[in-house]
Amino acid sequence: MARNHAGQFYSGFNRLGPWCSPSGSPAPLSCETGCGEGSWILVCRLLVPTQVSLLSMEEDIDTRKINNSFLRDHSYATEADIISTVEFNHTGELLATGDKGGRVVIFQREQESKNQVHRRGEYNVYSTFQSHEPEFDYLKSLEIEEKINKIRWLPQQNAAYFLLSTNDKTVKLWKVSERDKRPEGYNLKDEEGRLRDPATITTLRVPVLRPMDLMVEATPRRVFANAHTYHINSISVNSDYETYMSADDLRINLWNFEITNQSFNIVDIKPANMEELTEVITAAEFHPHHCNSFVYSSSKGTIRLCDMRASALCDRHSKFFEEPEDPSNRSFFSEIISSISDVKFSHSGRYIMTRDYLTVKVWDLNMENRPIETYQVHDYLRSKLCSLYENDCIFDKFECVWNGSDSVIMTGSYNNFFRMFDRNTKRDVTLEASRENSKPRAILKPRKVCVGGKRRKDEISVDSLDFSKKILHTAWHPSENIIAVAATNNLYIFQDKVN
Amino acid sequence: MEGTMFARGLKRKSAEDGEDVEGGLAGTQATPSYSLQRQSLLDMSLVKLQLCHMLVEPNLCRSVLIANTVRQIQEEMTQDGTWRVLAPQAAGRAPLDRLVSTEILCRSVREQEGERPAADVGDGRTPGLVPGLSAVPSAQALRSPQSSLWEVDSSRENRGGFQKSLDQIFETLESKTPGSVEELFSDVDSSYYDLDAVLTGMVGSTQSGHGSGLQAFTAVATPPPGSSCRSDLGELDHAVEILVET
Repeated sequence: MARNHAGQFYSGFNRLGPWCSPSGSPAPLSCETGCGEGSWILVCRLLVPTQVSLLSMEEDIDTRKINNSFLRDHSYATEADIISTVEFNHTGELLATGDKGGRVVIFQREQESKNQVHRRGEYNVYSTFQSHEPEFDYLKSLEIEEKINKIRWLPQQNAAYFLLSTNDKTVKLWKVSERDKRPEGYNLKDEEGRLRDPATITTLRVPVLRPMDLMVEATPRRVFANAHTYHINSISVNSDYETYMSADDLRINLWNFEITNQSFNIVDIKPANMEELTEVITAAEFHPHHCNSFVYSSSKGTIRLCDMRASALCDRHSKFFEEPEDPSNRSFFSEIISSISDVKFSHSGRYIMTRDYLTVKVWDLNMENRPIETYQVHDYLRSKLCSLYENDCIFDKFECVWNGSDSVIMTGSYNNFFRMFDRNTKRDVTLEASRENSKPRAILKPRKVCVGGKRRKDEISVDSLDFSKKILHTAWHPSENIIAVAATNNLYIFQDKVN
Repeated sequence: MEGTMFARGLKRKSAEDGEDVEGGLAGTQATPSYSLQRQSLLDMSLVKLQLCHMLVEPNLCRSVLIANTVRQIQEEMTQDGTWRVLAPQAAGRAPLDRLVSTEILCRSVREQEGERPAADVGDGRTPGLVPGLSAVPSAQALRSPQSSLWEVDSSRENRGGFQKSLDQIFETLESKTPGSVEELFSDVDSSYYDLDAVLTGMVGSTQSGHGSGLQAFTAVATPPPGSSCRSDLGELDHAVEILVET
């Protein structure tokens, strides 16, 4: 087996990728290669560990055993376990998931060790905590769901990790920190914590810190509440690391991390007369480098770039991105399928990617009148739009992600399929995240949907697709070819094996 | 699947009624099957909106998209001049409808359980799709009697349509837990309507001035225009009042 200069091991030979190098010469770092068709292997499949959280981290337990032993049957999965958001932190060491039950589970990457080479790349449970609880709005007689809509990590500035998590109404800042030392030798308490009789204390001593088994604790540091009338769909941390924004259907608010009782409204598209409402905000994100710029997308398929320096209320956009409608494809569903479900800046800050129902589009910030690239995710659904409207699938909100080098984009589809598009080679691949294909370390086989006529052996016909199995949430490691794919209550982690 | 965009159930209907409908569409561009399909889409959308209204937390984005679709259909139908087309099958049932709809006002919600619309709920779902809303039978769209365009001969159809839509609502209610039904009919603060029940009023206030069937289901009482349908509207308002217990 060859070892490249980064110390990573490669095995086998990749026959599929156009970018693979012949054996003998050092392979490029995985993040620099396109991976439209690279060989992806399953690293691990994780279930939201409702029972793992009860175990103390102090016990000497092989965490991989935990994951395996809690691999429940599908019938055990409750609705609360459905994963609703997935996000790597800025180094990729941690992976956070939020679920419908208001819980956040953080996984940590297994450290590379000489003894167990194959364990590197696996993620194990690091911390679990209840972020949001269901609430009841008495004024409106409405229940507020505890489902976690989004998680965003803050860049690490000290030993602790910080993340924002939000449900429909409230954003919370959580601090996740490790404790591996404990003070011993208190004066007023004995070793079991019982108070000592002050009369028996004759000397004073300085408590010393002694090592203890690692404990990871999560504490809520800030709660940002009561600022949103409508449902929060996005949060985004600003590049100044001091502010962040939260966006609901009609408004976007700017917060300072230190101030919880005040936020600034920077976008408000609520009409004076609600009867005139025809468009809502669907997603928003700050520019990765320019702390004054952000974008937000709408249900009419438009994106607006705003500059906070221009005015306090950014109702007037700096740039307006919209693609002219294709008259030949016009139908009653045109507007619905043009609604943008996700918008993401590229890491470079030069492009934005949008996801609507059938396509993913890449836009150049310097060109407003049309996208520079359009990728068909599942165009075979175009003739099924009425059925999909009937069963509400047409309103599913798929997310999209960039890889670390902005060369590949990924998004989900139905039947537990997810798609990757290599922007350079223009090749794409469809893969499946399912238990049947879940042999660890086995290479994923590309899937294909047959649109009509003769169905080949390994293809699946459109009518056989399972529309209840949808991949809405995916995440890509910031620098390596490791992806996390959420399928209902399962979290799949795949890695690209460069050969 | 065939190239058709619409539920399979519709194709059967289209074959049956195409002839009759065509007669009434002289001069319009819409083919019979297209207009029936469009009608079905309108019905489906209205039902979806009504369901939105009843959900604990309506999804605003979804509601807005559906409402825009409804508006598009209404606009196109207005341009076609098909907005006042009457489906022939409703004519024969008119007397029954009239009786039934008066009866509604005297019955409690739970008594509606036993009643079902006669039309079949065609199962147009393709295999593999998640069972969602059942296909809406190709019925008259709910029309507000406020519109002066069809006040003359549409009064019967209005109530027929109203009857059907009410049944659909009651069907939905049954499937919910008793608790949610209570919640539904509990006193709702009027600010709730301002905030989230946008569509109950908004769909109706298009430039064309056509009322929306949805308006019949709000507690917002707008005074009806002086018309021969005043009595119809009164009955509808009364029904609405019963529904929301105001």
